[in-house]
Amino acid sequence: MSELDFLSRRVMTGRLSRRDFLGRAAALGVSAAFANTMLSTAAQAQSPVRGGILRAGLQGGESTNSLDPALNLSQVPFNFCKQWGEFLFRLTRDGGLENRIAEDAGPSSDAKTWTMKIRQGVEFHNGKTVTAEDVAATIERHADKNSNSGAFGILGNVDTIKASGNEVVITLKEPDAEFNYLLADYHLLIQPNGGKDNPTSGISAGPYKVTVDEPGIRYGGERFENFWDKEHMGFADQVEIIVMNDPTARMAALQSGQVHFINRVEPKIVDLVKRLPGVSIENVSGKGYYPINMFCDTPPFDNKDLRMALKLAVDREQMLQTILRGYGTVGNDFPVNKAYPLFPEGIEQRVFDPEKAAEFYKKSGHSGSILLRTSDVAFPGAIDAAQLFQQSAAKCGITIEVRREPGDGYWSEVWNKQPFCLSYWGGRATQNQMYTTGYTSNADWNDTRFKNPQMDQMVVASRGELDEEKRKGIYRDMAVLMRDEGGLIVPFFNDFMDAVATNKVGGYNKHVAGELMDGYSLAECWATA
Amino acid sequence: MGGATVAKLIAQRIALGVLLLLAVSVLIFAGTQILPGDVAQSILGQAATPQALENLRRELGLNDPAYIRYFRWLFGILQGDLGTALSNKRDIATALSGRLANTLFLAACAAVVSVPLAILLGLLAVRYRNGIIDKAISGFALASTSLPEFFIGYLLILVFAVKLQWFPASSTVYDSMSFLQRLQAVVLPATALTLVVLAHMMRMTRAAVLNVMQSAYIETAELKGLSPLKIIRRHAFPNAIAPIINVVMLNLAFLVVGVVVVEVIFVYPGMGQYLVDHVSKRDVPVVQAVGLIFAAVYITLNMVADIAALLANPRLRHPK
Repeated sequence: MSELDFLSRRVMTGRLSRRDFLGRAAALGVSAAFANTMLSTAAQAQSPVRGGILRAGLQGGESTNSLDPALNLSQVPFNFCKQWGEFLFRLTRDGGLENRIAEDAGPSSDAKTWTMKIRQGVEFHNGKTVTAEDVAATIERHADKNSNSGAFGILGNVDTIKASGNEVVITLKEPDAEFNYLLADYHLLIQPNGGKDNPTSGISAGPYKVTVDEPGIRYGGERFENFWDKEHMGFADQVEIIVMNDPTARMAALQSGQVHFINRVEPKIVDLVKRLPGVSIENVSGKGYYPINMFCDTPPFDNKDLRMALKLAVDREQMLQTILRGYGTVGNDFPVNKAYPLFPEGIEQRVFDPEKAAEFYKKSGHSGSILLRTSDVAFPGAIDAAQLFQQSAAKCGITIEVRREPGDGYWSEVWNKQPFCLSYWGGRATQNQMYTTGYTSNADWNDTRFKNPQMDQMVVASRGELDEEKRKGIYRDMAVLMRDEGGLIVPFFNDFMDAVATNKVGGYNKHVAGELMDGYSLAECWATA
Repeated sequence: MGGATVAKLIAQRIALGVLLLLAVSVLIFAGTQILPGDVAQSILGQAATPQALENLRRELGLNDPAYIRYFRWLFGILQGDLGTALSNKRDIATALSGRLANTLFLAACAAVVSVPLAILLGLLAVRYRNGIIDKAISGFALASTSLPEFFIGYLLILVFAVKLQWFPASSTVYDSMSFLQRLQAVVLPATALTLVVLAHMMRMTRAAVLNVMQSAYIETAELKGLSPLKIIRRHAFPNAIAPIINVVMLNLAFLVVGVVVVEVIFVYPGMGQYLVDHVSKRDVPVVQAVGLIFAAVYITLNMVADIAALLANPRLRHPK
């Protein structure tokens, strides 16, 4: 029977379909009626349990962190803000949006005015009710031209913000049919008066109240009894995040039962961890990718044939297997993958092709070696990735010189300054936002210097297009243009790897948008032991 | 007469120490100025727009000339004000005091075990020199020092935290913990540190005492018929104390300023991790404050070693 138990748990965690389960049960000689009973028992075991404490040991916290959500950047603030913060919208597992504080929202027919109805009866931790004014003030604070918010860039399109009654009306400078996706950004949690009075107060309307705030050490929260959505979140009495930047320390803490969740399991130890009892590895294909950037306006990369030669000279499959041990997906030289809504299907996958690469290289007329800069801070394994690229390019007759740059200062001195280097991009909410952020002529972080009027025009067109089918078509054209003309090489998209103590935790259900159920694992799981 | 000389010597040492600290403060300030990169960029990370960068820079007062910022900083410190962290706007003195207390606690735990143990083992090694006990002690101490501290740390975690589950794998300590809980939390990192510093002090004790053992008066003591342990305790050790104090102080300084790897492995919230975080964020006020504290610890401990050596030396205590 233990096998059936095992299988029924797999159905509950979404790894086996119900039909498959019944088939396997029949093969084991169990009647369909009994198998169905088993399933419902398993489902009951999956219903939330209140009480207890859930702990996560996470990488990505520094003693320099602040509770001000405008300064959220690394993983610990990201995860903790989902415990105490409440947002207007939230990404769903199928790539859609769930309404949170915004009960209802929609664009005008020209997609330039967005009206949001604010949910009534949502309470802040300090007892105040969330009003349209609080929402408007929050967006104002992050969009203000003197703001240092991480969301400042994505709100650049905002023109005016007005609160009236229980509605917030936002007008945009340019049409944007997917503006609501931008408001799901993790910086934009709603604070009393937008956090203008006290940005670091740690007060919002999320499932947990902040009780411990020790940057770089640990964070704690206790359940907020007046939370508006208690049925779906906030099962544990307390949640705790312990900052553990050392991967071995995280693993040891999980194994010894000190924590229930850890993030960023290293690909090289995944096979070992899989053998541990009571621990499951969950890989989530996020939107992050590890690009090799070429400046399209700087010699020799201003030559389109040379760019193509280099794109064809990357052995993506080998890189994926070597650097990420297969925990990722190969990229196709445009910056989006299937984790995005309206992903353009059916574009031919670019593969390693030494002959064609050599052909393009010859056509480009370039000779001599090409300097590629890399550092381990670009992403774990970036040095190895550069060396693999060097070797595969050598097979195509292209000489690449790899220079290892100091990690300290890489983001300020090398990335976006040097014409050929390795980098990292986290994903954005929508395809449009991804292109807007990095690949239009006037983008803030155009780290490939890709300035193409056709791209600019398509980005604007897709933004204002309310018809989803048409928008999908434009996205496809953008992807193809980027793939064939751009200065971007995307060898692979990386998976995030969480490890969960499944023998002590119920309700884990991975989320396509990010690690640890998009940051909600502490709030949405419950302690079973 | 002798007392006045000693007092004068000590006063000289202290004055020298203060002067040195002042020189170090200039070096620290200059050093932090030539770090590549920029605070604003590091705080906002990769996702920073030029506008947001400019706003932050103005807000942080990064546009004043360096010497003005140095004197402003120095006078602040003299008044006990270490300033505010640029990155999260917290008072540095407050944040630091907790971290410093943690670091000193861990260092003290390690020192309480390692210093007596090292000296005892050193003396034992002398007593049974070149025999099996001497070889075993030296072999063990050298092996534990040769292994990198992260390896020892992981080994301790594997055995005592994961397998036996006697101690927690991560040593996070916080205010609400009782003294005993804290003690339990730091057992593993303190053990790792003890193993790291043991050999240096033990070998130095052994060498210094052995050196004295060659003297004529030791031979006299032997001929008098004193037992070997008594000779070491009464005659050899007191005369070898100066170099031993020196090496002990050096190791104590290491326990305070050089333990960042152990802190990371055991997730211990000490000064090392705090400094590294702020260096990578270019949070200059914090880097300066921590640098100065580290320098002060180092200079003070060395000064104490000097003064103790002075006091331990009868020729200096009673000059002719």
